[in-house]
Amino acid sequence: MAFIKSKDLVHEYIRRDEEGNVESIQTALDHVNLNIEPGQFISILGHNGSGKSTFAKHINALLTPSEGMILVDGMNTSDEEYTFSVRQAAGMVFQNPDNQIIASVVDEDVAFGPENIGIPTDQIIERVENALKMVGMYKYKSHSPNKLSGGQKQRVAIAGVMAMEPKCIILDEPTAMLDPDGRADVLRAVHELNKLKHITVILITHYMEEVVDSDYVYVMEKGKIFMEGKPREIFKDVEKLKEHSLDVPQVTLLAHELKKAGVPLSDCILTRQELVDELVKIKKGGQI
Amino acid sequence: MAANENVLIMDHVSYKYSPGTAYEVTALDDVSLTIKEGEFIGIIGHTGSGKSTLVQHLNGLMKATEGHVYFNGQDIYDKDYNMKNLRTQVGMVFQYPEHQLFETTVFEDVKFGPKNQGLSEEDQIKRAYEALELVKLPEEFFLASPFELSGGQKRRAAIAGVIAMKPSVLILDEPTAGLDPKGRDDVLSLISEMHEKRGDTVILVSHSMEDVANYVDRIIVMDTGKPVYDGTPSQVFANYKELEQMGLAAPAVTYVMNDLKDAGLDVATTATTVFEARDEILRMLNK
Repeated sequence: MAFIKSKDLVHEYIRRDEEGNVESIQTALDHVNLNIEPGQFISILGHNGSGKSTFAKHINALLTPSEGMILVDGMNTSDEEYTFSVRQAAGMVFQNPDNQIIASVVDEDVAFGPENIGIPTDQIIERVENALKMVGMYKYKSHSPNKLSGGQKQRVAIAGVMAMEPKCIILDEPTAMLDPDGRADVLRAVHELNKLKHITVILITHYMEEVVDSDYVYVMEKGKIFMEGKPREIFKDVEKLKEHSLDVPQVTLLAHELKKAGVPLSDCILTRQELVDELVKIKKGGQI
Repeated sequence: MAANENVLIMDHVSYKYSPGTAYEVTALDDVSLTIKEGEFIGIIGHTGSGKSTLVQHLNGLMKATEGHVYFNGQDIYDKDYNMKNLRTQVGMVFQYPEHQLFETTVFEDVKFGPKNQGLSEEDQIKRAYEALELVKLPEEFFLASPFELSGGQKRRAAIAGVIAMKPSVLILDEPTAGLDPKGRDDVLSLISEMHEKRGDTVILVSHSMEDVANYVDRIIVMDTGKPVYDGTPSQVFANYKELEQMGLAAPAVTYVMNDLKDAGLDVATTATTVFEARDEILRMLNK
């Protein structure tokens, strides 16, 4: 069964004036249909304002549908009875690490979630240790979060979600405020969670480079899913992506430019290794 | 002033936080460099490398614990030096500059700088109008509240506020942080266009190598409070292995070129943009 199933999901932000009359309606999600299987690594791409963050907030019931419905682990998020179970099943990590860390010591911060759901103390200690080890932050457990770098803080935030033992983790632009080093660390941690713990990962980003390794990619625009497929299928259409001013990884872009200039490369090249191998083959084979 | 004269000189500048205490941290370590009129410079370095500290010395927001900074030949630490004038001459756009928008309308906000410079109302309006036009903010937003603008538009408005003071040096600290790819490209090409139109000196602080390689003429790489590389993008990215150890990376295409060379193909490895790489690979294949 699909872990997440959205059916004709619509979300409208309604603005009202002082008397409560509707001033404007903005449709942030416009009949979104998708199914996400358990254990998948899913990426959602799109511009600011495309609806991707709104969608994320539906997965853990921070928002509920204006129309249509979304099932998370079989639970309808519109049903208030399930709100807490939904949030326990699907944990969320936000963009700005500074807004998510509340305690003055790293391990206390990670313990905050499990404490709130009433886990016994001895189990909390175990969960916190495991979670910090998973994201490679165990040796910082007694540090103050203030002195950590952005990437480290973000990994602590991920550990905080992991300590709740969710089935799914949603990351809303987790690397937007990080430097390249921090970005790589966070992505590595998330991929490991997915592979080793089989946690369903939903990564929301506008960095194309980060989605190359996902199982499936959705591209959103104006509240709709306008492209979906495996990363390779998505990046095949460089012109279409560029038309919609989406970013294409530099390597794919270079391959695309070379192809346009008549170099017989395959359709969609995602990694450096693929491009180099093909170019070597072409040169040695004397195809030009 | 003759072209290519030194606008800013840093002479053995060091900066220490909490000097003389147990918490002493050296943020800048004996930095000497010169910046020439009309240059477009990128300063890169990972978080904590001292790049923001460096640029804040250039307009006197931070005072060196050792060494001197010269603007147009004058020592800015001289007792009777006009610091206020320096700050209008060396304009600074901070990270997330949109957090500093505060007036009721965009136009009023942009006028604020020229107003503080003591210009007449008429000149303030003229300056604000020119600046908003330069950042290509559509006229319908001039009288809107800054909070009604989108992220990219807010950033343009904030940049206009600095441009309106007509600085001869413009410093931008991570001007694209938090923007999506389209917003990022818009802001960077805007900065580049303005640089061409105004011929001013631009210093761009960034940790995105690709951005920097695409636009600037000169790159200064900061690490542990010191400039470790200083040169054209191809010169600097030739050291991609060392850059990696500093937690930085060269543009992806630079890696491709190096991989090709390692695989025994006869390519130059100096490409730092997609188009340079394409041309070099085509040249190699056609040989």
